[in-house]
Amino acid sequence: MRHYPSRAKALWTAALSACLFGTAAAKDYTEYGIDEDVPGPGSYETIDGKDYSGRKLTIITHAVPVIGEPTALHAEQFEELTGAEVEVVHVPFGDLFQRIMIPFQTGQQAYDVLFYGSLWLGDYHRYLAPVPEKYQNSSAMQGVTPTYRDVATWGEEMIQFPVDGDRHYLKYRSDIFDDPEMQARYLEDTGEELRVPQTWSEYNEVAQYFTGWDWDGDGEVNYGTAEVTKRDDLMFSAFISRAAPFAKHPDVPGGFFFDLETMEPLINTPGWVRGLELFVEAQEAFPPGGTSFGLGDEIFSFGGGQVLMSYSWDDAFIQAMQEDSRIRNEVGAAILPGASEVWNRETGQWDQLSEPNRVAYITWGWTSAVAGNSPNKDMAFDYLAFFSNQANTKHDLQIGRFGVNPYRTEHFDADFWIEEMGWDEDTATTYVETLEAIDSSDNRVFDLRVPGVGQFMTSLAAGVAEALAGQATPQEALDGVAEEWSRIVDRIGEDRVREAYSTVVAIEDAR
Amino acid sequence: MYRQKYLFLIPGLLTLVAIIVFPLLFTIRVSFSSWDVIQPGLDWIGGENYARLWEDERYWEALLRLAGMAGGTVLVQYVLGFGLALLVWREVLLKRFFRVLFLIPMMTTPVVMSVIWRTIFHESLGPVNDLLQRAGLEALPWISSAGLAFTSVMIVEIWQWTPFMFLLLLAGLLSLPEEPYLAARIDGAGPFRTFFRVTFPRMAAISVGAILIRLIEASKIMETVYVLTSGGPGTATETSSYYIYIRGLRDFQLGYAASLSLIYLIIMIVSLTLIGKGLTRIFVKDQA
Repeated sequence: MRHYPSRAKALWTAALSACLFGTAAAKDYTEYGIDEDVPGPGSYETIDGKDYSGRKLTIITHAVPVIGEPTALHAEQFEELTGAEVEVVHVPFGDLFQRIMIPFQTGQQAYDVLFYGSLWLGDYHRYLAPVPEKYQNSSAMQGVTPTYRDVATWGEEMIQFPVDGDRHYLKYRSDIFDDPEMQARYLEDTGEELRVPQTWSEYNEVAQYFTGWDWDGDGEVNYGTAEVTKRDDLMFSAFISRAAPFAKHPDVPGGFFFDLETMEPLINTPGWVRGLELFVEAQEAFPPGGTSFGLGDEIFSFGGGQVLMSYSWDDAFIQAMQEDSRIRNEVGAAILPGASEVWNRETGQWDQLSEPNRVAYITWGWTSAVAGNSPNKDMAFDYLAFFSNQANTKHDLQIGRFGVNPYRTEHFDADFWIEEMGWDEDTATTYVETLEAIDSSDNRVFDLRVPGVGQFMTSLAAGVAEALAGQATPQEALDGVAEEWSRIVDRIGEDRVREAYSTVVAIEDAR
Repeated sequence: MYRQKYLFLIPGLLTLVAIIVFPLLFTIRVSFSSWDVIQPGLDWIGGENYARLWEDERYWEALLRLAGMAGGTVLVQYVLGFGLALLVWREVLLKRFFRVLFLIPMMTTPVVMSVIWRTIFHESLGPVNDLLQRAGLEALPWISSAGLAFTSVMIVEIWQWTPFMFLLLLAGLLSLPEEPYLAARIDGAGPFRTFFRVTFPRMAAISVGAILIRLIEASKIMETVYVLTSGGPGTATETSSYYIYIRGLRDFQLGYAASLSLIYLIIMIVSLTLIGKGLTRIFVKDQA
C-alpha cells in the first residue's frame, strides 16, 4: 500500500525542489504517490497552477472505502494544490440516490460534484451540466474506451465524467481447470472435457460437479459457484448476466428489456424465463447460505477459495489476486458464458446457433458529474479532471478497495498488471483479454437507464427472489414483473420511458 | 397577567408543531401527490395512491408478517425479561454485575448488532453452524430458508430488546411493597403460589405498559431486516417498514410511500389501542 505524505511534507518537498532546480524545471509530484504526471487539463501541474483560494467545493460520494476513499484522497490533494476548501460528504449506497435527488427536485444547490451509480443517469440527466469541450478533447478523455464514453453520454451529449469502468465477467480457478488430474477425473466421471464454461448450461453442470467435496485439498469442502442472490443487493445485475445470452439476439435490434416500438416489457419472454430457470437450478451448486449472498459474500467466497467459479464485477477477481491471497495467480477471467439457443422475438422462436451467443454486459459502475445548478462548475470539472487524470487513475487501480476499475485503453495492457501488481503472465493475459473482448464486443447490453430505473430493478429483484425461494415458478415470477413494469411505464409515461430507453438501445445497436 | 401565562406555552407548542404536527401534515399532503422521480413536488392526484395500496398484496402480506413477528418477539421478550428480572430482584451473588450485563444488548446499535449476527448466522463461516457440526448435527440454512430466516430475525430482536423488558419489569418488582409477601409467607404460600397470586397480579399494570411500549417499537422493525436478510429469501422476512423504505427511498415513490406510511400509522394506532384495552381489561381489571 502506498503512503500519502502530509501537507507540510509535500509543501516542504515542493519548496525544496523549486530552490534546487529552479522554476523552469518540471515539478515533481511523485510525493503524491504517483509515478509520473501526464500533461492535460487535469494534470498535477495544471491544477497546481490554479488558485481557488476562498472558494468552496462540495462533493457527495459513497462511503469509504469504495469510491469514497479516492474521492477524499484526491479532494485533499486538490485543496493543497489550489487552495480551495473541499467538503466531502460520504453516504451509504442505500441512501445515495435520494440524497442527490431530493436537492435536485427541490431546487437546492447542495452539491457541486456527484459520485453515483451510472444506471441512475436516466433520472439525473436533467439536472447535470455537460462536460465542457476542453475536457472532452483532453488526452485523458480520449484514452477512455468508446464503451465508457457511451456510458457517460446521454443522446449526443457527454454529461458524466468517466472515473471507473465496469462489466460482468466470469472468474474461475485456473489451477483446477488446468490440472491434468482434474481434467482426467472430470472426463471419466462425466464423459465431457473439462473446460472453462462456454454456456450457462455448461456452467451449471461444471459447478454441480465441483460441489460438496474438497477439490483443492485444504481440508474444507468446496462448492461450484458463488453468485449475488440477495434481494435488493445488486442481484438484478446477476440475473441480467444470466439471462442476456438467451434474450439478446445478435441480429434482432430494438430493445433488450422492452420492445422499443411498443414498449411492451420483454422480461417474461422465453429467453428471460430460460435464464431464470438456470439461475434457480444453479442453487444446487451454491455454498451454504449462497441463496442470500450479497456482493460482499460473493467476493469473499470466490476470493477466499471456497468456490470454483463466480461472475460479477472486478472485485472478486481483485480479492483473489491480493498479495496475501492463497489463490493468487491461480485464477483466470473469461467473458460471461453464453447460450446455444437464443429467443427471437421477431419470429417467436428459438434460434439454434453453431457458436454460443456470448453477450457482453456493460453493467453499471461508478461515475461522476457536476450539478447543473452549481456556481462552481469550473472548479468542479477541474476536480473531476484531476481525480481521473492518468497518473491518479493508474495509482487508484492498484488499490482494490478503491473500486476503480479499468476504463482506458492503456489499462488493457498486461504489462501494467504484471509489472505494477506482480501478477503472473497467464493471469494478467486472461484478465486484459477478457476486458478487451467485452469492450470491443458487438453484442452488448447496458443497464436500463430510464427514469424510474430503481422501480424497475427492485421489481425485477423481487420477482427473481420469489423464483429463487420457490415461491413462484420462473414464468409466474417474471409474468408478475412484466405486469409491474407495465404499470410503472404507465405511471411514468410511455413516451418518456421510450425516449430514454432509445438512448440505451442506440448504443446497444450501434455496432 | 392571567393571559400572559399562556405565553410560556409558546416555545413548547412551537417545538411540538415543528417536530410532530408539521411532518405529519406534510406527509398527509404528500400522500395525495404523485411525487416520484419524474414528478417533483406537490401536485394533486386525489386518492389514487390510497386506491393503489388496496391492491398492493406485498404491502398487506408485509403487515401480516410484521404482526406475527412483533407479537412473537414481544411475547418471548416478556417471558425472558420477567424471568431475568426475578433472578436479580432478590439478593443474589454479583447482582449489580448481572443487572449491567443484561442491559448490554440494548445499548448497542441495532445495525452493528445485525452485522455481527449476520456473521454469526453465516452459513459457511459462522460459528453457529460450526458448533452444530462439531456437535454432530447438520448445519442449518439460517438466512436462506424462509422459516429459519424469519426465526433468525426474531432471535436478533429478542436478544436485543429483552433487556428493555427486563429493565422495566425489574423497576416494577423493586417498587412492590413487602407486606403482601410477608402475609403470603405467614399463610404458608410457596414460591409458585406467591408468584401467581401476589407478584404477577401486582405487576399486571406495568406489564401491560411494557408490552405496549415494546409492541410500538417492534412494529417499526427495519434495521435487522435490512442488514440480516434484505427481506428475503423471496419476501419471507419483508416487514412493513422495510417495504415502505423500498418504495420510498429506493424506488423514490415518495407520494405512494407517504400513503403507505399513513395507513400503516392508522392501523398501528387502532390495533395498539385495542390491544392495550384488551390487556388492561384482562389483567388489570382486578387491580383497578
